[in-house]
Amino acid sequence: MLLLDLDRGWGLLRAMAPETLLTLWALALLLDAAWHHRDSGAQRRAGWLALAGLALSAAATVWLWASGAAPAGLSTTIALDRFRYAVDLIVLVAAALAVLLSVEYLDREQLRIPEYHALLLLATVGMMLLAGGEDLFVLFLGLELMSVSVYVLAGLDRRSPASAEAALKYFLLGAFASAFLLYGIALLYGATGSTKLQIIARQIGPLGLLTHPMLLAGLALLLIGFGFKIAAVPFHMWTPDVYDGAPTPVTGFMATAVKAAAFAALIRVLLEAFSDVHALWGPVIWWLAAVTMVVGNLVALAQRSVKRMLAYSSIAHAGYLLTALVADSMAGAAAFLFYLLFYTLMTMGAFAILALKGRGGERDVMVDDLAGLGEAHPWLALAMAVCMLSLLGFPGTAGFIGKWYVLVAATGAGYPGLAAILVVTSVISAGYYLPVVMAMYMKPQAHERAHAGVLVPRIAGATLAVMVAALLVFGVWPNRVLDAARAGSHAFIPRAMTAAVTPLPPAGAP
Amino acid sequence: MLLIGFVALSAVLMVALSHLFSSTRPTAAKSLPYESGMTPLGTARERYDVKFYLVAVLFIVFDIEVVFMMPWAVAFRSLDLLGLGTLGALIEMAVFVLILVVGYVYVWKRGALEWN
Repeated sequence: MLLLDLDRGWGLLRAMAPETLLTLWALALLLDAAWHHRDSGAQRRAGWLALAGLALSAAATVWLWASGAAPAGLSTTIALDRFRYAVDLIVLVAAALAVLLSVEYLDREQLRIPEYHALLLLATVGMMLLAGGEDLFVLFLGLELMSVSVYVLAGLDRRSPASAEAALKYFLLGAFASAFLLYGIALLYGATGSTKLQIIARQIGPLGLLTHPMLLAGLALLLIGFGFKIAAVPFHMWTPDVYDGAPTPVTGFMATAVKAAAFAALIRVLLEAFSDVHALWGPVIWWLAAVTMVVGNLVALAQRSVKRMLAYSSIAHAGYLLTALVADSMAGAAAFLFYLLFYTLMTMGAFAILALKGRGGERDVMVDDLAGLGEAHPWLALAMAVCMLSLLGFPGTAGFIGKWYVLVAATGAGYPGLAAILVVTSVISAGYYLPVVMAMYMKPQAHERAHAGVLVPRIAGATLAVMVAALLVFGVWPNRVLDAARAGSHAFIPRAMTAAVTPLPPAGAP
Repeated sequence: MLLIGFVALSAVLMVALSHLFSSTRPTAAKSLPYESGMTPLGTARERYDVKFYLVAVLFIVFDIEVVFMMPWAVAFRSLDLLGLGTLGALIEMAVFVLILVVGYVYVWKRGALEWN
């Protein structure tokens, strides 16, 4: 047990070690990019350096977790709980996957962007602040650090008008959403006199703010701001165009890490600061989850382009994650963490395979273009099939276990209606995941050399193999990860007293 | 309530009355956009060189730096940060400036400060 005084420099430095190390590393990479931005080997080297930085930050996170660090008194700047560490690790894994999957991609597409890795690391720092921020301003700072870096990443391909459009659209709507969020923070500060989550939680009851209009408006604006970032319907309009236009490895990063971090911040804000007013935001999240699942899945059915289909699929998955959040319980937070990890793996995997198949931004890869991939590239087709089935929630894959625990959490907390919507929309989602599998295995190649251009480079191939293996292995033996997810959800026990805390059934029960 | 009503009423009155009783006799010279006395050349909706935007962005970055330093300098004596008193405040500003310097070096080496 390590007590850290967050008001003292040394304590704060240790509590923020993962973020500090990664920031320093990103700055060093930026300087490296300033000197070596002309030769192509430097970009590859920067990729390995970025991986080393991510590993260092992960080591610091694990050290904090293992040392059982706790704040002396209230933690009012950064949380020292397992939820933060768990989300930090997921985000770091997503960033590492993005680096690994883009090393060869950047070479192939002739994208010479020296700042790529520095921006990726800075975005990751922002996400880690989002995962751990105990103050609305820290959260906002993290959100902006992440968003600004990702705006630039979306516009990485300067030759492509679609990429520029994606960056501009994302930037304008993101700035708009940030304004909502900031206004919400201002109103909450006005209502409660603090921006610190734990103090807000303690102010609501004594000040009699349960139905105070300023608190209501602030909370509503906050939800809108986060709704944009997690791409929940009706704040999802930017998602398809931005995901479509951005270079595919960046899209994978946006669909997983960015969403994960924004979700983590939303969960922390709602469960720490506003657990007592669950009656206020519960119905809002309920409807957001329901509408997101229905619209995301239905519109995905109509997509022919695989990249757009995956964009809508990521919207639908935001709905599943919101379902875990409605439960407002430990079980919900545990289900969220578990689902988030494997959602990251399967979505990253699907986008990575798309990047191998397509060229020049991958916007024109239709479902039918995958016809006969099973014959031409059996291993690649197998990987894609596993990702699709896992996204669908097919038994035997990690996606199934994740959905199962979301369902258990939702029904346990008394939301059978939402659980029913989740099941029905999951069935609908088979209507767009399965055609991909069918096209790969049951349709002949359009012509002899339809997949001749598809090369599986070594690094991306090995990364994909590990991801797919993880999806399959943890789909059958999820226990260890489930234990970790449950440990991560313990962060919220003392505060979520009013919530229906239901224990998870024994691991592996399904 | 009375005050808000008075403010709203007087605002509306001022705009409405001047609109009602003013006389307007526009001439070609009067309706020109104001350009400090010069006759305007061409339309205002021209395309600017992208270099101007770069300079504007860089200006904002370093301008905000000073905006941030002002209140810090004013409140310096009463700051007690990191449990080190004013030394903590000095350290925090040093970290902030160092990060900015990294950005500055980067911008310089990447050639963003060269006009051509």
